[in-house]
Amino acid sequence: MNRHGTTLARREFLAGSGALVVGFSLAGCVSPGGGQKAAAKGLRAPTPGPPDAKQVDTWLAIHPDSTATLYTGFAELGQGNTLALMQVAAEELDLDMDQIFTAPLDTDISPNQGGTYSSASVQRGRPAIAAAAAEARAALLGRAAVELKAPVERLTVSRGIVSVSGAPRKSVAYGELLGGETFNLEITGKVPLKAASAYRLVGKRTVRGDLAGKVSARHTYIQHLRLPGMVHARIVRPRGQGNHASGARVISIDDSALAEIPGARVLRKGDFIGVVAPREWDAVRAAQVLKVEWESPETLPGVGDLHAHMRSAKTIDNVSLERGDARVASDASATTVVQRGFGPYQAHAPFAPNCALADIHAGTGLVICSSQDVYTARRSIGALLGMAPEKLRVQYAEGSGTYGHSCYDDAAQAAALLSQLVDAPVRLQFMRWDEHGWDTYGPAHVGEARVSADAQGHIVAYEYHGWQHNWSNVETTTQLAGAAPAAEWPPVGVQGVNPSVCGGMYNIANLKLVNHRLPGLEYLRAGWLRSPLDLSFAFVSEQAIDQLALKMQIDPLEFRRRNITDQRWLGVLEAAATAASWDSSRAPGHKSGARIRQGRGIGLGTHLVSYGAAVADLEVDMQSGAVRIVHLFGALDAGLVVNPLIVERQIEGQLVQTASRMLLEEIQFDRKRVTSLDWQGYPILRFQDCPAVTAVAVQRLEERSTGAGEETMAAAAAAIANAFFDATGVRLERYPLTANRVREALRGA
Amino acid sequence: MPPTRWSLKVNGQQHDVEAAGDTPLLYILQNDLQLKGPRFGCGLAQCGSCSVLLDDREVRACITPVNAVAGKAITTLEGIPAWYAKRKGLRRTPDMHPVQQALVDEQAPQCGYCMNGMVVKAAELLDAKPDPSEAEIRAAMNGHLCRCGTYPSILRAIRKSGHS
Repeated sequence: MNRHGTTLARREFLAGSGALVVGFSLAGCVSPGGGQKAAAKGLRAPTPGPPDAKQVDTWLAIHPDSTATLYTGFAELGQGNTLALMQVAAEELDLDMDQIFTAPLDTDISPNQGGTYSSASVQRGRPAIAAAAAEARAALLGRAAVELKAPVERLTVSRGIVSVSGAPRKSVAYGELLGGETFNLEITGKVPLKAASAYRLVGKRTVRGDLAGKVSARHTYIQHLRLPGMVHARIVRPRGQGNHASGARVISIDDSALAEIPGARVLRKGDFIGVVAPREWDAVRAAQVLKVEWESPETLPGVGDLHAHMRSAKTIDNVSLERGDARVASDASATTVVQRGFGPYQAHAPFAPNCALADIHAGTGLVICSSQDVYTARRSIGALLGMAPEKLRVQYAEGSGTYGHSCYDDAAQAAALLSQLVDAPVRLQFMRWDEHGWDTYGPAHVGEARVSADAQGHIVAYEYHGWQHNWSNVETTTQLAGAAPAAEWPPVGVQGVNPSVCGGMYNIANLKLVNHRLPGLEYLRAGWLRSPLDLSFAFVSEQAIDQLALKMQIDPLEFRRRNITDQRWLGVLEAAATAASWDSSRAPGHKSGARIRQGRGIGLGTHLVSYGAAVADLEVDMQSGAVRIVHLFGALDAGLVVNPLIVERQIEGQLVQTASRMLLEEIQFDRKRVTSLDWQGYPILRFQDCPAVTAVAVQRLEERSTGAGEETMAAAAAAIANAFFDATGVRLERYPLTANRVREALRGA
Repeated sequence: MPPTRWSLKVNGQQHDVEAAGDTPLLYILQNDLQLKGPRFGCGLAQCGSCSVLLDDREVRACITPVNAVAGKAITTLEGIPAWYAKRKGLRRTPDMHPVQQALVDEQAPQCGYCMNGMVVKAAELLDAKPDPSEAEIRAAMNGHLCRCGTYPSILRAIRKSGHS
């Protein structure tokens, strides 16, 4: 289609839609930091990034009115991390929170901070942003010293106005000092950062400015964005994926039913199929009525046979960590316990299925998506479309929470490919079954722990074997379009037994962690789901610790204290125990003969960094098997907490999501494909089953900030499992704790 | 179904739109009327992200066809403060319904995508029962999902606005 034809086509789409096409500006999106619009202050001119991370100007712009815009490389996933980074910048700049703005995440303006992963926005973002801001402040004070004819030591700053102490009438504002220019200054890293004792903003409970808009229909989500002249799109795939290697193969397509839908078209590349139409409901209908016959081979073990299949699969084994000799020490020990566990595949299941917009035309393109990593997305979309990455501009727009690698990159690729195929701007909305059925799931796990203690209750040997497969490294769109075959991540150990969760908190002289890596292409697609695999690791490992304590008739809290010397692990352990008023003399719930039995349990865990502890209170109906989690207490030490309010809300969310994952969540699949395609096939926790939650954010002003978005989940999972034992006297080997499974476990005991 | 002209009363205003009669109301509200309140979540009436009031009762716009709403009053999140003022006989429409203010005060939302349904459903509940019990709140809200796990602070917010 030539340029003229394209234009015509676009006009036709416009005329047919009946909808007003709204212009959009991501710069106008409200960030969590004060409800301010960065656009009002002007953003720097777009140019293909990433800009030089060593330059102050990459991170900060000071405006004539002495306000500042912060450029970060992190996506706001709805958790408020942007606000924390703004607090860091404003702190070092001596600005107030109403004077700082953030720029949207965009490959044409934002630094590349390597994606928003591992809850590390503040952990990785704070040092870079604090250093840039401190450098900027020092440069401004240097200019002020000349301007005010006073030594730097005598200068003070408030709200971006530099004054001479003792001579308050001598002052000059940041905006005047810079005179509309940029800094053109390299970050030396030699400017000292503010001492914790001098913090005005960091460490303070600061409310989010985006929430009024979010409760009152003023907030812009990606689902609200429209491109001029765009068409609406839907993808067409089998309902539910088969195994990773097989993808989906088309046998035949019959599009005759589309003739009655105005402007509907089928677009195809290889086995990738999409439909477009000027009106959204027409695109939905077109996807419904398009008849596609798919190959339907039996490629999966089925959920019932999954774990046996995993346990007997041919694996690639490696010892990821070993010290001492765990077997010899175990044989010589007083007490040994063994705990097995089987974890399910679980879905990200973002509340809104992913959405993406793209306009690919004449060798350049714009993609708006919810990718956690716009620079990697730019590269992978470029590879799919046969375009150099620099020819693409990828912008992040907030969708619903994603909790890891949901289908955002898949949707971005699909929108871009459809736009290229139709040569028009496209808005693609995944349907619920697309998102649930083609997710990269948090992978299943089989774990076996063997832990031994001496007669004094000290852990002397620990051995953990984990069976799991790696993450998918190719988006479904790329695979189906034939651009690259299915592939897993290189085996760099990211999906290995987590040493921080599996024994890492305890002093253990003899320890061995063994990975049994499964052939992942024979299983479901996998990706990082909030606290990846840690719930399963902790479910096994911390039940083993609990078993050991109880077998030796030591209170589980006391047993953990006895085996930990790290002050930060001890700190969160005590914080959780204190919050829950842990009573070491309490009789176990299973001593009661009642039908409804109460249980209480404790657990430790984290993800990569930080320190998590939790206590769970629950009730088990011994006849029906129903488990009700009554109260979860979670403590988190994430070093310096920039905004305790946000971190407390993160802990609460983690506790509720963990309750959901432990009680309900399990992807179902038969031998052909995934059958959990919506909220009925994949139930999550609802209001009526929501436990009370108590969050404790431990503040450590002198420590570096570490992740706070996922590090109490493993501990909470363990606490729930241990509370179940306390209530029933039965050790769980499988979760989620559905009533059927619990009845089975109680019968088998 | 061929396109037909429909006259809809949304947030007190008449709107004429052209659409096939089986078009779910959600797509009309979000595309033709460009409203940001009701939004797509599942298309199956399972999650509550598209909720609106239809003659003062909460319904799921994603499965409500436009041919079933003619002549009825549709209230979206955008119109909840005015709807509240009318129901309470207030002379002035507040900026927010009390439950919206309470949700902000509690700093309840994370991603906030579920907030459309939460506010619409809570407004309906508080209209029928100005001071609901905890059990009544949980029962009324049970059809609305939140994936970020903000239920505890939403419960606090509804309780507070109930007492106010």
